[in-house]
Amino acid sequence: MNFILNPWPWYVSGPLIALVMVLLVYFGKTFGMSSNLKTMCTVLGAGKFSDFFKVDWKEQSWNLAVVIGAIIGGYIAVNFISDDVVTNLNPKTISELNALGFNNAGASLVPNELYDYESVVSGKGFLILIIGGLLVGFGTRYADGCTSGHAITGLSSLQKPSLIAVIGFFIGGLIMTNLILPLIF
Amino acid sequence: MKHLKFLLIGIFFGIVLVKSEAVSWYRIYEMFRFQSFHMYGIIGTAVLTGMLFFLISKKSSVKNSLNEPINFPSKDKGFKRYIIGGSIFGLGWALIGACPGPMYILLGTGVYSILIAIASALVGTFLYGIVKDKLPH
Repeated sequence: MNFILNPWPWYVSGPLIALVMVLLVYFGKTFGMSSNLKTMCTVLGAGKFSDFFKVDWKEQSWNLAVVIGAIIGGYIAVNFISDDVVTNLNPKTISELNALGFNNAGASLVPNELYDYESVVSGKGFLILIIGGLLVGFGTRYADGCTSGHAITGLSSLQKPSLIAVIGFFIGGLIMTNLILPLIF
Repeated sequence: MKHLKFLLIGIFFGIVLVKSEAVSWYRIYEMFRFQSFHMYGIIGTAVLTGMLFFLISKKSSVKNSLNEPINFPSKDKGFKRYIIGGSIFGLGWALIGACPGPMYILLGTGVYSILIAIASALVGTFLYGIVKDKLPH
């Protein structure tokens, strides 16, 4: 059972993620997680402010079912099929993060320095989560897709727009991780 | 109950992304520092498997569950929206270490503060809908 309880290697995980896309395409849908953000805006009444949100959200309700499943899947994975969640990071990454002020790098899925109660109420974590969320939500709709729609589905169906979007993901990601994060921490 | 299969696919997706560590903030950091092959391996093998699927379904005219030809997802032509929008997305992805799928999954793992990012991502999506006609696409 250890091979299930331990983290799964990339060569198992990658094809399984593709299987999620294959199943959705087989059932006549697409693999696109960020579309749910738009659907939720529609459900919350955003259609009153922009025609962009005037869509029949019921046609997208299958995707909301995927979201609910994903939440349940996250719960199942950490509570029933993991023995410990320590991420086997590059030692260089760990020492680098320590120098930036991140303790226990890899001991949890997300750093306490951003996500725990104290960081959030101190204002810093809160601000980072707000800004990060805004960038993700705005950027993904502007780029018409996220990692699932562009990087996985778009690249595997050889779409040039998706290649451009993924290059964009990396431009932004490299700037944030290499230039901005060291300034914030 | 017609959505049951999608709920199950979502559960599978959530489990795979946790077990692959793709929902780990640290893995995203490591990826953008080029200090590990892990994330590149995941994305690379996912894309290769996906390519194989689309190739086979094109050649063999497989039908989907609705007995229609396999639908090839397509995106509109363009450059600006993809490069600018993508870069904005990348900044956020690397900052909070989560893209839209992992946001929900992390909530399930017990990272409740991710709700702040989810709420904020909704606001971001809403803002795009408001200003989109003024942006270059």
